Amino acid sequence: MSISAVDVRAIARLARLSIAESDIPVYAGQLSSILDFVAQMNAVDTAGVEPLAHPLELSARLRADTVTETDRRTELQAGAPETADGLYLVPQVIE
Amino acid sequence: MSESFPRGVAELSAGLAAGDFSSVELTRHYLARIANHDAAVNAYITVCGERALAQAAAADARRAAGTAGALTGIPYAHKDIFCTRGVRTSCASRMLDNFVAPYDAHVTECLDRAGLVMLGKTNMDEFAMGSSNESSYYGRTCNPWDPGRVPGGSSGGSAAAVAAGLAPLATGTDTGGSIRQPAALCGISGLKPTYGRVSRFGMIAFASSLDQGGPMARSAADLALMLNVMAGFDARDSTSVERPDEDFTAPLANGVDGLRIGIPREYFGAELDPRVGDTVHAALAELERRGARLSEISLASAPLAIPAYYVIAPAECSSNLSRFDGVRYGYRCADPTDLTDLYERSRSEGFGAEVKRRILVGTYALSSGYYDAYYRKAQQVRRLIKEDFARAFDTVDLIAGPTTPAPAFAAGTHVDDPVTMYLSDVYTTAVNLAGLPALSVPAGFLDGLPVGLQLIGNYFDEGRLLATGHALQQVSDAHRAVPPAFA
Repeated sequence: MSISAVDVRAIARLARLSIAESDIPVYAGQLSSILDFVAQMNAVDTAGVEPLAHPLELSARLRADTVTETDRRTELQAGAPETADGLYLVPQVIE
Repeated sequence: MSESFPRGVAELSAGLAAGDFSSVELTRHYLARIANHDAAVNAYITVCGERALAQAAAADARRAAGTAGALTGIPYAHKDIFCTRGVRTSCASRMLDNFVAPYDAHVTECLDRAGLVMLGKTNMDEFAMGSSNESSYYGRTCNPWDPGRVPGGSSGGSAAAVAAGLAPLATGTDTGGSIRQPAALCGISGLKPTYGRVSRFGMIAFASSLDQGGPMARSAADLALMLNVMAGFDARDSTSVERPDEDFTAPLANGVDGLRIGIPREYFGAELDPRVGDTVHAALAELERRGARLSEISLASAPLAIPAYYVIAPAECSSNLSRFDGVRYGYRCADPTDLTDLYERSRSEGFGAEVKRRILVGTYALSSGYYDAYYRKAQQVRRLIKEDFARAFDTVDLIAGPTTPAPAFAAGTHVDDPVTMYLSDVYTTAVNLAGLPALSVPAGFLDGLPVGLQLIGNYFDEGRLLATGHALQQVSDAHRAVPPAFA
């Protein structure tokens, strides 16, 4: 499985990562070698094998749909890069 | 180490109970050792001196009031992946370099409640992704047995802190071997509990179907004491398993007479340094002399564990780490031009190379058109691996082999070759894929470097694992060895 520079740019875009042009060949090479390595899985026939998502095969517990958290907005926003009036600030999205 | 303080936790606990020394004195002793020695190890990202002394004073007051438990007043080192209210929780990433946790992890609460004293937060691979502690934003941790070598990872700071006598106990997390592999390479004991045994609330997520926190210490007996405090149901972790409380120290005296130990032939393949194999066999022979019955078994799908792991773990990592967006907490790039630029540059500048590599692999494996070939295939292989173990446990009580294929490698050896680095987890990842508990205990030394014996148990059979490790430690001194530079 060979990952091209075009692939790296497309994946990086999906992952919201910006990769410097000079690093793209390095990532392409390393990603290709990782995907070649994991392709060893193809040597085993898994037809009809049910995928295993949870090691103990337990389903998630449900809880009552009631409020369990108190308002800690000020405390939780203390570590935010930029806030105003209890809101998170980001660059202008709509002109 | 000062002659006035023993190294083992049971002995420290007895000394506190007898009034031989106070928790404040003991905590000062460890803080002094950290001040004198940690520059050579880099085991700690953050040392919490004042906070620790306040906790120690509270522990002494509790002891005076007659409400102390077995670990009240015992210092420990906390992996910097567990949230600690009011203390920076960095996950060894630039992304969280400025993150002061607004709440405590469940494990932090458990240790607090039991009266342990947190000395500080330990170094690790960034976001727990690595096997050498070289991907930390805060610089690599050195192996106390040879500073030119890695301590293993990702819980390498915790392992090195215990090995160098900079803490008697430490926490770790294990997604593909991150407790067991550094324990093996640093010559200490480390337990990865059954998936669901220890709550992950407040433990920064890497790969959620694999992550599990656990204890690291010099001996299996010390691990049992710490697991008693860490384990238990927590409704805030949807994967936490509700079970009756257990005292993990109770089975320690059980010994190994009649214990059926299976030795998988796949764990002694061409990738294994044959001298590591010899050291592991010698430790197993000790268990045999104490009544264990050894037999060869097969885990036919074991060689597929690493390939399946390196699809599942990156896939889950790419999902979990999407929360780091430069908006709500953590690193934000300077002067973003628009929202996309803010996301992309904050993430690219905040994450290191290995984290970005795994996010890219995971994003690819989950992307449209590739999901079946990678993620679904890996989940199918995962079932085959789980079924292999289930078959093995029909005929044996536990499984034993090496923890790693070789002793600690030199720093810098594998940093540009991710696949070779991944292969240092060749014997550990299958356990996480199956959700089983496993223990690494010191088996001996090769050229002055520790070698680990891995014991794998059936679900919730931590008691038997610890009893087996303890039985070995009754006849072996490997776990008592101290790196010469830190004597």
